[in-house]
Amino acid sequence: MSVLVIAEHENGVLKPETAKVVHAASKLGAEIHVLVAGHNVGSVAEAAAQIAGVTAVKLVDDSALDHQLAESTADLVITLAQGYSHILAAASTTGKNIMPRVAALLDKSQISEIVDVVDADTFMRPIYAGNAIATVKSLEAQKVITVRASAFDAAGEQAPVAVETLTASVENTSSSFVGVEQTESERPELTAAPVVISGGRGMQNGENFSLLEGIADKLGAAIGASRAAVDAGFVPNDMQVGQTGKIVAPDLYIAVGISGAIQHLAGMKDSKVIVAINKDPEAPIFQVADYGLVADLFDVLPQLEQAL
Amino acid sequence: MKVLVPIKRVIDYNVKARVKADNSDVDLTNVKMAMNPFCEIAVEEAIRLKEAGTASEVIAVSIGDKACQEQLRTALALGADKAIHIETDAKLESLHVAKLLAKLVEQESPELVILGKQSIDSDNNQTGQMLAALTKRPQGTFASKVEIADGKAVVTREVDGGLQTVALNLPAVVTTDLRLNEPRYASLPNIMKAKRKPLDVIAADTLGVDLAPRVELVRVAEPAKREAGIVVESVEELVNKLKTEAKVIS
Ligand SMILES: Cc1cc2nc3c(=O)[nH]c(=O)nc-3n(C[C@H](O)[C@H](O)[C@H](O)COP(=O)(O)OP(=O)(O)OC[C@H]3O[C@@H](n4cnc5c(N)ncnc54)[C@H](O)[C@@H]3O)c2cc1C
Ligand SMILES: Nc1ncnc2c1ncn2[C@@H]1O[C@H](COP(=O)(O)O)[C@@H](O)[C@H]1O
Repeated sequence: MSVLVIAEHENGVLKPETAKVVHAASKLGAEIHVLVAGHNVGSVAEAAAQIAGVTAVKLVDDSALDHQLAESTADLVITLAQGYSHILAAASTTGKNIMPRVAALLDKSQISEIVDVVDADTFMRPIYAGNAIATVKSLEAQKVITVRASAFDAAGEQAPVAVETLTASVENTSSSFVGVEQTESERPELTAAPVVISGGRGMQNGENFSLLEGIADKLGAAIGASRAAVDAGFVPNDMQVGQTGKIVAPDLYIAVGISGAIQHLAGMKDSKVIVAINKDPEAPIFQVADYGLVADLFDVLPQLEQAL
Repeated sequence: MKVLVPIKRVIDYNVKARVKADNSDVDLTNVKMAMNPFCEIAVEEAIRLKEAGTASEVIAVSIGDKACQEQLRTALALGADKAIHIETDAKLESLHVAKLLAKLVEQESPELVILGKQSIDSDNNQTGQMLAALTKRPQGTFASKVEIADGKAVVTREVDGGLQTVALNLPAVVTTDLRLNEPRYASLPNIMKAKRKPLDVIAADTLGVDLAPRVELVRVAEPAKREAGIVVESVEELVNKLKTEAKVIS
């Protein structure tokens, strides 16, 4: 038996989540094949071939797979699914979009956002915004799984394995790509950064996020936000950290003007070290913070930038 | 255009779930329950489509035990025309829910199904995509904007890198993200009126769907607790601790 990992990529670049999913897959004790499905993704396949533990790469390059729309990608995956005991993808917005569709077409349940592999049938996953960790056992012969990338280290590198090019016979007549508004940033990606500094409603407006930027520059940090900051239009949606946003687990997480609602904690409480800056000493964020600073953020952020 | 809105009864989002002492599950006895927040957004979107003259009828559906009729009444008070309760005491996985919903889609032929993107209890984020697959419809997940025109739903999606827009041929399935709209509250007169709106009950086992579990819940545990931290007095002390104690910056 072997397992199939669906590669995560964007603009012809393999995303770091894939090496983490491969690491999770390596705990299943089977051969690991990676499927690279998309359009103009030859370079992605080359990169996937160098992830340690990968034994084969299947490349399907077709305009019907452009932008990895769920309809055509799921149709492709099910044509290749036979013989795989597990099909895995990152629990990114791409994986979350495609995988349940794959599962339903295969008449399988999906196990979402696993954070640990107990054995080939048994997995751990957070439920109720991370307030409980469920151990679940699949009773099915074939498993469809999404993986919380932040819970696994990236697999290392290897000398590249062969890339096998397959032809797709998929088309998509029901949906089409219209456009994308990509958030441009020079900063490291939120889910991959070693340091994350996030602002909440306490930041008051979008301009004030510049107070975080100087600090982020010095720390090589990504900038995140609470839902309240995104809803208020301070920053774009893809900066939201939390139960229903991005899940991060950096070495250092600095929460500024964030109260610490359970939905926010769900996205960051596995960070190694948490710092909270909040003027309210009763704010729940202090219950998870290693270092709390009770202060007005407008006083201390400039000082912090100076001190670094 | 008929719109079907599946809604789920879940723990209130303000309540922190507690694990049972025997680690068999989460303890929901005497816990406040509510409509899943993403379903509230779905109901709101459907009602706005009706108010705009785009939708002709809004049907809310919930699958579960008798108690979920409470959330169906809420949906009716918010403006849904009719409710359907698919009754079962079984513990359902998203695949089961999607299969039951697919049966209803067959019966009701809605041109649009709007679901929440995620239940805040199971955190599955599966049902909408599965329903789309089972009914062979295109899907617009994590929607922050939905426009209906010329037989298409144009859906703006919240994705990891920003916003993506797709055009779906109707009939289609949409799942809601947080920024799609701000749900209204039900007014007292509308709550009263809702009591007279139709609420049909269908026994789940009459729909011919195999509800046998495919995933077994082995154990539910508390997450690892974080050690209580310390309060620092100044920025200087903070930076010092981060450098010398936590060693996360240099
Ligand atoms: C279905 C659902 C999903 C959700 N998903 C998410 C999610 O993924 N991520 C998320 O973050 N939230 C999520 N939420 C929202 C969550 O419940 C909270 O509403 C949100 O996290 C609050 O954001 P906040 O802490 O920035 O705002 P608030 O709770 O308003 O806190 C602002 C904080 O700033 C402090 N402050 C104000 N001014 C200053 C100052 N000058 N100096 C220092 N401190 C100051 C205040 O003391 C306060 O503690 C979700 C909610 C629901 C219902
Ligand atoms: N038991 C249910 N009854 C009705 N709708 C449901 C049920 N379970 C899930 N859904 C719908 O599916 C969405 C996503 O749920 P899930 O896939 O469980 O995260 C929810 O927001 C609801 O719209």
